Amino acid sequence: MPVIEVTNLHKRYGDTVAVDDVSFSVERGEIFGILGPNGAGKTTTVECVEGLRAPDRGRVSVLGLDPRRDRAELTQRVGVQLQESELPEKMKVAEAVALYGSFYRRPADGARLIDELGLAYKRDTRFGKLSGGQKQRVSIALALAGSPEIAVLDELTTGLDPQARRDTWQLIEQVRDRGVTILLVTHFMEEAERLCDRIAVIDSGRVVAIDTPAGLVARVDPEQRIRFRPSPALDDRMLRELPEVHTVLRSGDHLTVTGTGALLQAVTSMLARNDIIAADLRVEQTSLDDAFVALTGRRITQEA
Amino acid sequence: MFARITLMELKLTLREVVVPLFVLVLPLGLLLGFGFQPGSRHPDAHLGGQTSAAYIAAIGAGICLAILGLNVLPTALAGYREKGVLRRLATTPVRPVYLLAAQIVLYAAAALFTVAVLIAVGNVLFGTPVPKALPAFLAALLLGIAALFAIGLLVAAVAPSGRAGQGIGMILFFPNLFLGGVYIPREAMPAVLRDIGDYSPLGATLKTMRDAWMGTEPRVAQLAIMAAYAVVAGFAATKLFRWE
Repeated sequence: MPVIEVTNLHKRYGDTVAVDDVSFSVERGEIFGILGPNGAGKTTTVECVEGLRAPDRGRVSVLGLDPRRDRAELTQRVGVQLQESELPEKMKVAEAVALYGSFYRRPADGARLIDELGLAYKRDTRFGKLSGGQKQRVSIALALAGSPEIAVLDELTTGLDPQARRDTWQLIEQVRDRGVTILLVTHFMEEAERLCDRIAVIDSGRVVAIDTPAGLVARVDPEQRIRFRPSPALDDRMLRELPEVHTVLRSGDHLTVTGTGALLQAVTSMLARNDIIAADLRVEQTSLDDAFVALTGRRITQEA
Repeated sequence: MFARITLMELKLTLREVVVPLFVLVLPLGLLLGFGFQPGSRHPDAHLGGQTSAAYIAAIGAGICLAILGLNVLPTALAGYREKGVLRRLATTPVRPVYLLAAQIVLYAAAALFTVAVLIAVGNVLFGTPVPKALPAFLAALLLGIAALFAIGLLVAAVAPSGRAGQGIGMILFFPNLFLGGVYIPREAMPAVLRDIGDYSPLGATLKTMRDAWMGTEPRVAQLAIMAAYAVVAGFAATKLFRWE
């Protein structure tokens, strides 16, 4: 049974339709991504899940609860990390974790949480003195302060440097390994690809596709492309005879082979059988980025 | 949980060094500074028959209330909204209104503490009386807190940012001090100005507190206008307050 169910969600602000028609469901224990360009309606969608906003139409059910009506119960079981939310500057890390923990029925062990998030050496530092990455980690700690079943994380790594971003990803995987279901909002392809079990691609307030990262890619272009320089040279026919191969193109010494399935394995084992070395071997695959462009007709705004 | 939040707010407020400085140290410094002047124990006709020590103790109390209500409260609340603290709290089992209530309780307690210190120090060092009409004094004090804090809440409700809250608060703060008789004693003001000042939020608070301090029953009309400020501003604040 899904832990989050969103059905035909619709939300407008004045004349602007933020969420047009969004439906998806999240299973227990998965990392579910909501991917889309800025202004696609991602944040509004999760705000309806968190109970911060009332949908105009549609149904939202989280752990069988109505986020607006059953707010008291929902907030006990769902941890939230908001985009652009800070703590009072003079509040210390350990104080914040302890205070937020005290809001919940089943507070997490604050000291352990701080340890696990790599904040032990900053526990007595004021929030205002932390770096962007450290603030984000505190924010994650607060989302976990009540031992939630679901954590909703919105634009978690925006503004972080690449190293801090990778550290944060690892952290999220650890959180999931503890059995927390994660709803992740992002506009980073790499992040979605690396973390998510399934992704809902949202564009202009609508769900364009829901699938695994690999599934999304396969939907768009299931072909793989292998380029190499055979040594010694070989007859193209040997490649064409393989069932996985669709086309073979020759340009100078180089061959470009396209196909599907276990293409790479089929080609390399054939080459090995014939004692042919594949020099300069490159495997090109459609990326999630390509898939996104194909699905939405535009490139996502990537940060530098 | 409410106690925990209030305690945390107390810690945070004490770390904002200027707040305790203005709310406690400044009024106390004024009392000590003027109290140790020669003649501070003699009733002064220019101060409505109060000694200058008793007068300055009341002024200190008024400044403390005005700073808390018109400055500290709107700056803190508008800042919390701007930073998303209230919104963040809305995603927890705690309602953000708890934080607002914690601030009001904390600052009201700070005001009562400062006034108690001023009464005690004035009494011990400079022979100022413990407020003679004590129930009336407490009524004046509490209504004054209610009026000034409600105005501060209204500022916090409409101010888009912490800085704007501070700015609007300041615009209200200085005229209030002037009309309240902090710069020149109300007894030395032209009659028109005095009549206006007596019904300004801080002016009414100060006059009723001073009256009760000396044992005169404060004017009901003044207490009523303070209650009116509290109710009208408080109602408007609850209508206009945005959590995000």
